[in-house]
Amino acid sequence: MDISDRISQVIAENSVMLFMKGSPDFPQCGFSGRAVQILEACGVEFSSADVLMDQELREGIKEYSNWPTIPQLYIKGELIGGSDIMMEMYQNGELKQKLDAMKD
Amino acid sequence: MVTPENIKEWIEKNLAESEVKVSGDGRHFDAVIVCAEFSGKSRLQQHQMVYAALGDKMKDDIHALSMQTMAPEDRVEELEVNK
Repeated sequence: MDISDRISQVIAENSVMLFMKGSPDFPQCGFSGRAVQILEACGVEFSSADVLMDQELREGIKEYSNWPTIPQLYIKGELIGGSDIMMEMYQNGELKQKLDAMKD
Repeated sequence: MVTPENIKEWIEKNLAESEVKVSGDGRHFDAVIVCAEFSGKSRLQQHQMVYAALGDKMKDDIHALSMQTMAPEDRVEELEVNK
């Protein structure tokens, strides 16, 4: 299974999927840490993958999404963006809306 | 080492009619980009347009870039809000 199949499978199987540096308990980068805080503030369960532990994933995810930075958040398979966009959506309520819509 | 001026230049060169303000410490940068081509685009698409303008620079030279993107009409609203 090549890397992009692996990625699409992970994204399909996890409705809220965060590709990050480090883990939620031990983020290894400020932006990844902020992404985790935002999801925790929304009180949503999410899965995460540590790209620092998997170089193939680290490069593969950037190709897959045409998004050159980490973290990357996916909700129901859709790329939401990095921590900037997550923060903006969190502040204007869009993120909560997307997450609530996912529950129905 | 990459400077804010480099980033401003790279973006403005590849993103027509864009107005860019960049600050940063050589590793982490903050950019505000106003561009006519952003209108009607989602925040995600706007950011992808900036990344495309930066191309490989994003892979090699720029470690962290925070972005605020807006179309000219959004900026006008934003300025009024801050009054």
